[in-house]
Amino acid sequence: MRSGWGRPLPAPSKSMPGMDHTRVVKRYLSDVAIAFLALFCLPSAALLIAGVSPFAAFCHLFSGVIGSWSKISHVLSAWTPLTLCACGLLYTFRINLWNIGVEGQIILGAVFATAVLRWCPSDALGRVWLMLSLLAGAGGGILWGLLAGQLKTRGGINEIFSGLGLNFAAQGLVLWLVFGPWKRLGTASMSGTEPFPAALWLPRLWDARISPTGLILLFVVAAATGLVLMGTGTGLRLKAIGSNPRAAHLYGLSRHRNMLLAMACSGGIAGLVGSLQITDVYHRLLPAISSNYGYLSLLVAMVAGYRMRWIPLASLLFACLNHGSIQLPMNLGIDSSFAGVMQGLLVLTILGLHGRHAKGR
Amino acid sequence: MLIELQNIHKDFGRVKAVNGASLTIRPGEIHGILGENGAGKSTLMKVLSGVCRESAGTIRIDGTPVNLFPPEKAASVGIGMLYQDPLDFPPLSVLENYCLGNSTTGFGATGRNETRFLEQAGRLGFQLNPRHRLNTLTLGERQQVEILRLLSLGAETLILDEPTAGLSLPQKRTLFQSLKTLAADGKSILFVSHKIAEAESLCDSITVLRRGVVIGSAAKPFETARLLSMVFGSARSMPSRKQRVAGNTVLEMAGIYGRGGRSGLIECSQSLRHGEIVGLAGLSGSARGLFLRIAAGLQPPDMGQVRLKGRTVTGKGPDVFRQEGVAFLPAGRLEEGLVPGLDITEHLMLQNAAGAAVLDRRQARKNALGKLRAFHIPAEPDWCVETLSGGNQQRLLLSLLPETPDLLLLEHPTRGLDMDAAGWVWQHLQTVCGDGAGIAFSSSDLDELLQFSDRILVFYNGRLLANRPAQDLNAQRLGQAIAGAL
Repeated sequence: MRSGWGRPLPAPSKSMPGMDHTRVVKRYLSDVAIAFLALFCLPSAALLIAGVSPFAAFCHLFSGVIGSWSKISHVLSAWTPLTLCACGLLYTFRINLWNIGVEGQIILGAVFATAVLRWCPSDALGRVWLMLSLLAGAGGGILWGLLAGQLKTRGGINEIFSGLGLNFAAQGLVLWLVFGPWKRLGTASMSGTEPFPAALWLPRLWDARISPTGLILLFVVAAATGLVLMGTGTGLRLKAIGSNPRAAHLYGLSRHRNMLLAMACSGGIAGLVGSLQITDVYHRLLPAISSNYGYLSLLVAMVAGYRMRWIPLASLLFACLNHGSIQLPMNLGIDSSFAGVMQGLLVLTILGLHGRHAKGR
Repeated sequence: MLIELQNIHKDFGRVKAVNGASLTIRPGEIHGILGENGAGKSTLMKVLSGVCRESAGTIRIDGTPVNLFPPEKAASVGIGMLYQDPLDFPPLSVLENYCLGNSTTGFGATGRNETRFLEQAGRLGFQLNPRHRLNTLTLGERQQVEILRLLSLGAETLILDEPTAGLSLPQKRTLFQSLKTLAADGKSILFVSHKIAEAESLCDSITVLRRGVVIGSAAKPFETARLLSMVFGSARSMPSRKQRVAGNTVLEMAGIYGRGGRSGLIECSQSLRHGEIVGLAGLSGSARGLFLRIAAGLQPPDMGQVRLKGRTVTGKGPDVFRQEGVAFLPAGRLEEGLVPGLDITEHLMLQNAAGAAVLDRRQARKNALGKLRAFHIPAEPDWCVETLSGGNQQRLLLSLLPETPDLLLLEHPTRGLDMDAAGWVWQHLQTVCGDGAGIAFSSSDLDELLQFSDRILVFYNGRLLANRPAQDLNAQRLGQAIAGAL
């Protein structure tokens, strides 16, 4: 059904062929050398051709990440949604589904959250309405995820195509809302709907750009995902069906039900991210509400080797690259797409190394 | 082409699959490789065909040391491997499959290729229509296409891994005849098998492997007793048949029509009782597989009624059949039975864990150890299932079945197993049957059908041709029935 590219790699199992010590060391040294070449030397060469000192560029990249508290909190504000979405994607990758519709699920979450906040009659019960909007956002994501899931299980439509289609549909919905029924008083613009009153913002500590609520949600979701996937019957069933769908019936497992379950989990978490984008980050609905975190989180999951324990680190890398490059155009006159180049190289390098290891077995 | 394997080792982690094997294959020779499951035959052949790299040792071809890894390399020096399940492209036509990897293209190439194909097929006695789609062919015919393709790519040495599994008697005869023709042309043939009788009738020389080492070799004429003792250590026999009393009806089929295979299943009415073993005979594609799948609820019939213990379950899903005590064991153990990538403990947990409950791995491991001991599987609970030999995979699958099923349906329960493992499987199945289960199994092995069935159903072209007690039949009459001449 699908080519080998990017298929979740089976975790190296305890009883697979091992290698002797020196070969392992050699292999890791050569991995590091390849990574260094790809992630440092290649971009440096490109920068030199563009007439920019690579040293200065990497310095700016670095200081753009940890230069100040505000920068660190900026990075965290990208890290949270990326990690959350990638956690959700683990459910679908586990059953060998490509939930590329995660982008649309974020958007639907944001739309549902906005709808709830717009209905909020007064600022009096702000906290309650915020909680409701988070739940509604998750519900929106679940709805969009299940739609793609139903198209797959009932219609036999590949989830990649239906997901992409639903992404466009969600984007269209937001544009219609922002420029139509929910437009600002007077003029409609790309900058989105009328901002909500501060009582409907998730409270923040100090002047950080992210609320503790988001971080708490992140830890809860990550811990739950780890537990469900590694330690429960549900996780085992998803993995079994993903590894050999033809054997499912022997164990009395329903492929369709488990696929829908995975899509619902993935979509629900993405929807939660969407509602956090509304209640915590932008406080209004705007066309670019998803910030492409959905697509990026697919890359995060790939780089993490589809394993929970590497996801926080992988999404941190992506968040750093995303944010560290913001200053590059101003300070050095290079295009901000440099970050995209670095992210692309990162993904290709890591997938290449994965492939090399798989082949060597 | 003279191939010399010298002191070949191949390790998979802690498992030494091949542990210092040396052998020589001369041109124009049919060389048999005999051994039990897990003796290292397949691994050694994988090394020779470039699928895996040897851990140590030298391979020489015509005196020159060579590296055969990866398979493209082995193919380029003229070594072709025919796998147990042919690696072909079922939706393409016979001719398209034949031409794959072949460089003759351009104007009129199809015609030239077709002429060449028919010429080669005729020489080997294969009757194939180059325009038929591969997925309409039987396993034996697909094998013939694969042999022709390998030859057209310039194979000088052919490796055949258990080629007779799933073949009908006439197909087997054709295959053997064609191999002899090829050997007379100067090609070397490696015939990997655990069936001693077949190797004796076909091969010029035989090498026996046991636990990854060459135990000995023999040249024509062979002494059966010596070969037996080399393969098994000491000669063994299959368990004898036990007398049982059949009980109430467990499965009833009335007027069943089903789609699939070559001919579908046509108007089949049959019943099966508790404590009864029914063998299903027929050519591959003759609807015996369809019979099992309809009885297991894996495929709803187009027409007709299925009743289990008196309850009508027509059109219900496999879950309902399971609840009624039906268990199904597919022929494709790794393809349809087990989940590669999961270990043994996880398979047991998969069978038992309900809902979203947190798994108790320690308890599950303990249970797994118990099962492994009870089913005599020499493995650890955290071994992945794909590292087990075929026989041990079958034991594991049997251990995963419910303890007291009402109806046990098995596809080729001993295909690819050596006598030792097959004997164990039948001992186990007879115990299960003695506890009251009704058993239906399909097999291409006439001796197995005659020895263990109480009753044999013969399918021919989608129809149930005969339904006879096993003692009324012998190998010859059964063979005739399978060929449709009863």
